Amino acid sequence: MGNTGLYLALGVATVLFLVPFYLIVRNALSTDADITGESWRFFPADLQWGNVRELFDDPSVPFAQALWNSTVVAVLHTLGTLLVCSLAGYGLARIPYRHANKVLYAVLFTLMVPAAVTFVPSYVLVSSLGWVSSLRGLIIPGLFSGFTAFLFRQYFLGFPKELEEAARVDGLGYWGAYWRIVVPNSLNFFAAISVITFISGWNAFLWPLVIGQDQSSWTVQVALSSYMTAQTINIHLIFMATAVSILPLVLVFVFLQRWLVQGVAQTGIKG
Amino acid sequence: MATTTPTHSAAKGRTARGAAPARRRPRGFGGSRGRTLNFWLFTGPFLIGLIVFVYVPIGWSLWLSLHNAQGTVAPTEFVGLDNYADMLGDGDFVDSLVNFTIFAAIIVPITYALSLTLALLVHRIRFMKAFFRSVFFLPTACSFVVASLVWKMSLFNGLRYGMMNTVLGWFGIDSVAWLASPHPPWYWLVICSARLWLQCGFYMILFLAALQNIPRELYEAAAVDGAKPGWQTFRHITLPQLRATSVAVVLLLLIAAYQAFDEFYNILDEGRATWGRPPLVDLYLQALGANQDYGHASAGALILALLIALVTLAQGRFLGFGRGAEK
Repeated sequence: MGNTGLYLALGVATVLFLVPFYLIVRNALSTDADITGESWRFFPADLQWGNVRELFDDPSVPFAQALWNSTVVAVLHTLGTLLVCSLAGYGLARIPYRHANKVLYAVLFTLMVPAAVTFVPSYVLVSSLGWVSSLRGLIIPGLFSGFTAFLFRQYFLGFPKELEEAARVDGLGYWGAYWRIVVPNSLNFFAAISVITFISGWNAFLWPLVIGQDQSSWTVQVALSSYMTAQTINIHLIFMATAVSILPLVLVFVFLQRWLVQGVAQTGIKG
Repeated sequence: MATTTPTHSAAKGRTARGAAPARRRPRGFGGSRGRTLNFWLFTGPFLIGLIVFVYVPIGWSLWLSLHNAQGTVAPTEFVGLDNYADMLGDGDFVDSLVNFTIFAAIIVPITYALSLTLALLVHRIRFMKAFFRSVFFLPTACSFVVASLVWKMSLFNGLRYGMMNTVLGWFGIDSVAWLASPHPPWYWLVICSARLWLQCGFYMILFLAALQNIPRELYEAAAVDGAKPGWQTFRHITLPQLRATSVAVVLLLLIAAYQAFDEFYNILDEGRATWGRPPLVDLYLQALGANQDYGHASAGALILALLIALVTLAQGRFLGFGRGAEK
């Protein structure tokens, strides 16, 4: 295939991949009449920026609340996962202990049982703790990812030992060496994992749907889903909500491309 | 647990796993007692969470699955394997497994082929590499809920003003009701295209990373041996070199397909359409629908988990996955 052919194929694919984004923006800034008109309009007759205000004023779905919930959930989910899983990964990779292998197998075993399959008993457990419709219930059960801990372990196995030796000469224990030497020298990896964890936290649906039984604990994804069965809402508001919900992630994608690509390449290959 | 650990056996435990670096350091940081303490200090919080939020639910699930647990999570009536037998004899659950199989048979090969093609195209061009990579990767920012919404309410809404029907109209083709009925099964087109859009970019990145790791010399050697660039080089150099990545990608795709929930639930009316209902939606309706039947749902979940484990293991055996992951 010549160069022109290559670029032509990529151009066509680009258009196809961007159509859904175009639809979101077009519909978000239209009136319902623009969207449902007899003939296709590529662009709204007038850009309806007022739709943003209308979305947040709409009382049937607490969208601002949902945005706030999603932000809190995704941020705490990310920070908590990083803390808990990186420590575990380091312990498994670096601290010689007689039963370390058994612990590792206990972690690896959980990879065989996908979280999505255990949502029934997890729900039972979380509801017996009284955590349904609460941020605790949304965040805490998701922090203990065997997969992420395993990724950290694999990463720390490859971390240069010499740096830690130096820390030992300076009289630091494992704990000190971890925080003063290992973490500061692993920021790229932490950043990559945190971006991916944040995205999966923001986009999660099944668990928030199960736990978010009161409107006040809905995340953005649950709120969006509720539009699909509601009869009263207007199409332009649904798409404005969609646009608002993807904006933070699109920004993350644009600004953190490098880490993101690196992180995906890492996780995928090792996974 | 013993607090005094013979140092040599600790070192042996590590080297046995193939982690060579531990050889020369019997002392570590502090004594063996300090190491044991440190080990639990680092892994303890995670392990407690793992036990409470992963192992306890699994055990509870097992226990529920052996009881008549309709509307209660503290059942008293032991029914043995009846729930399992019911689920395997239950038309809806078995149908959902069949549905999944259809879905996987469509989505896995197409995603594989498309993401590999995109990676090859992006890899070969000289200019605007980052631009195209970004475009194809960007849908990963969207959730399945977002894709469902766009697909169901705008792209394939079945009305004349829907985008697909508008485009068909330009060619004089009548509007199609994409989701209204199972015959013809247009809903597969809707669901599969949504997933393709969302996930191809992600797998393309994996292939791109792998393509960059293929040594140039291999291609030069192949050229010297008279292999024509294009199909021949692709078949004899590129594809074999991508083997490890391919195995990982297919495995990830299969597992992701097994766990499909979001788009089916959202596109097909909260999963109420009995056609095109995957296992997780079926289990969700069992457990959190009107029946609140935790016994049957748990049995189904364990059957599904077992199936996923078997597929993973079988594929690992068959294609040697895991050797790479262990380093």
